[in-house]
Amino acid sequence: MTTSLTKLSLTAARDGLLNKEFTAQELTTAHLDIMAEKRNLNAYITETSELALEQAKESDARLAAGTQGALEGLPIAVKDLFCTKGVRTTAGSKILDNFIPPYESTVTQNLWNAGAVMLGKLNMDEFAMGSANLNSAYGPVLNPWRRMDAPAKELVPGGSSGGSVAAVAGHMALAATASDTGGSIRQPAAFCGVVGIKPTYGLCSRRGMIAFASSLDQAGPVARTVRDAALMTQVMASHDPWDSTSLNVDIPDYLSNITSDVRGLRIGLPKEYRENLSEEMSTLLQKGIDWLTTAGATIHNVSLPMSPFALPTYYVIAPAEASSNLAKYDGLRYGLRIPGHSLDEMYENTRREGFGPEVRRRILIGTYVLSAGYYDAYYLKAQKVRTLIAKDFERVFQEVDVLLTPTTPTEAFPIDEKPVDPVTMYLNDIFTVTVNLADLPGISVPVGLSKTGLPLGLQLIGPKLSEQRLFNTSLALEEAARFEEQVKNLHKGA
Amino acid sequence: MELTTKQVARVAALARIRVTEDELPAIGQDLSSIFHWIDQLESVDVTGVENYTDSYPQSIPEREDVVNDGNCVEAILSNAPEKAHNMFSVPKVVE
Repeated sequence: MTTSLTKLSLTAARDGLLNKEFTAQELTTAHLDIMAEKRNLNAYITETSELALEQAKESDARLAAGTQGALEGLPIAVKDLFCTKGVRTTAGSKILDNFIPPYESTVTQNLWNAGAVMLGKLNMDEFAMGSANLNSAYGPVLNPWRRMDAPAKELVPGGSSGGSVAAVAGHMALAATASDTGGSIRQPAAFCGVVGIKPTYGLCSRRGMIAFASSLDQAGPVARTVRDAALMTQVMASHDPWDSTSLNVDIPDYLSNITSDVRGLRIGLPKEYRENLSEEMSTLLQKGIDWLTTAGATIHNVSLPMSPFALPTYYVIAPAEASSNLAKYDGLRYGLRIPGHSLDEMYENTRREGFGPEVRRRILIGTYVLSAGYYDAYYLKAQKVRTLIAKDFERVFQEVDVLLTPTTPTEAFPIDEKPVDPVTMYLNDIFTVTVNLADLPGISVPVGLSKTGLPLGLQLIGPKLSEQRLFNTSLALEEAARFEEQVKNLHKGA
Repeated sequence: MELTTKQVARVAALARIRVTEDELPAIGQDLSSIFHWIDQLESVDVTGVENYTDSYPQSIPEREDVVNDGNCVEAILSNAPEKAHNMFSVPKVVE
């Protein structure tokens, strides 16, 4: 009974609670048990089992009284980037190892207001900088998936939301919050065979979400089905006066409105995303095209000529904003403090000890591109290229409704085969980063398996605030791909 | 763009991150290879193109000028590495 409870989708668990098939306390206990069993995956930095059981008890009372919220009694987990009042929040960094926020992020407050139960805080790349979850001060997260040809090899879950995807794929949470600055929701979702959406910039409040690059950061959910992701998104999103870039729009009921009817939908295939694709990814993309065509959509070739410049643009803008955002970690008011003989020495010691190598690298890049003499050549130049990247999308969205691309160039790679140079690691986000630069929504849906038996994802990109269209198109892909069935057949064959 | 050890030392000082003398060459090499890759942006013609943030359509919203928070000294100081007399305690700045 308890094992089967963790196999439920978020929406199925919600129905089960409403139909009194089980209680929120039973559902929560089942998840806490699996979390204890799978601690070796290192998905959680902090488990909050006592709080979870307390919340579940309150949820059961509300369910009995008929006063339940949209996520009542559903155990979910939170990326350790979202401030949770009274619960340690580290952002994967040693510099925040002892930080206990005195306030709650808007996104998580929305979840608790809807009755959700918090299982704990999830591991992540330090300050969300990374694509493999190898940059956490709390150790790497393991991908719950294993290669069929090399089952002993430990694989990365992707990053930076590595804990979020590992927890959801490993049935240690029904869904999780995550954040995406250049692909940090979609790339790991693809690596772990789950659904992940980065909504339109400003749809979810950034208040209380520890900043990496404020003009690119966006919160979103990771879940096992498209419907689950739709439900999570509509609860997480809200207009927030505390975030000046929060969009003042009504949040639709994505879940009630969802339909896999994509007849007449115009799907664009960007030429630049098909160049140099592996045979496996080409085949996967072709399957996606066939599924959507069969469902009644039409396919159109489009071009986004600025795409090749997106990653270098990102690696100017994101580090620049990070160097500014992370200047506040000075050892004075909160976080780590390492003493020195002077104030400057204290700053320098604190930041050297508190930040890991990748965060230090990006702060140095950002400081350099913002420094006198280089600001115009790098930062202003990148700002202008960003405009051109956004214009590419504006133009193609006059001709098509949604773009279809692979989410990642490859399947999840083994920890011991990680790229040694930073630029090769950065290329993991080549298909996802353009979306952040143009403020657009993008979703990754698991649709296939590689030759080695690992999950592969396709990405859908839409114009601003087209989340409903993305959920609908994703549902069409999900229904056609039958990913769960593919996995079952794989295990039968093995 | 190649970064000299002098430039690396200057950037590290600006960023307030302690870097030792013997680490400078390796960091310089590392950053130079990243900037070499970023330098492909030089080939993009941006004549007459606006900065992205300037082209942003949403205006900055204004809030009512009213007190909506405060009297939470304890919460503000709750994570202080050192505190005294309801204030943050920091090393001496002026010698």
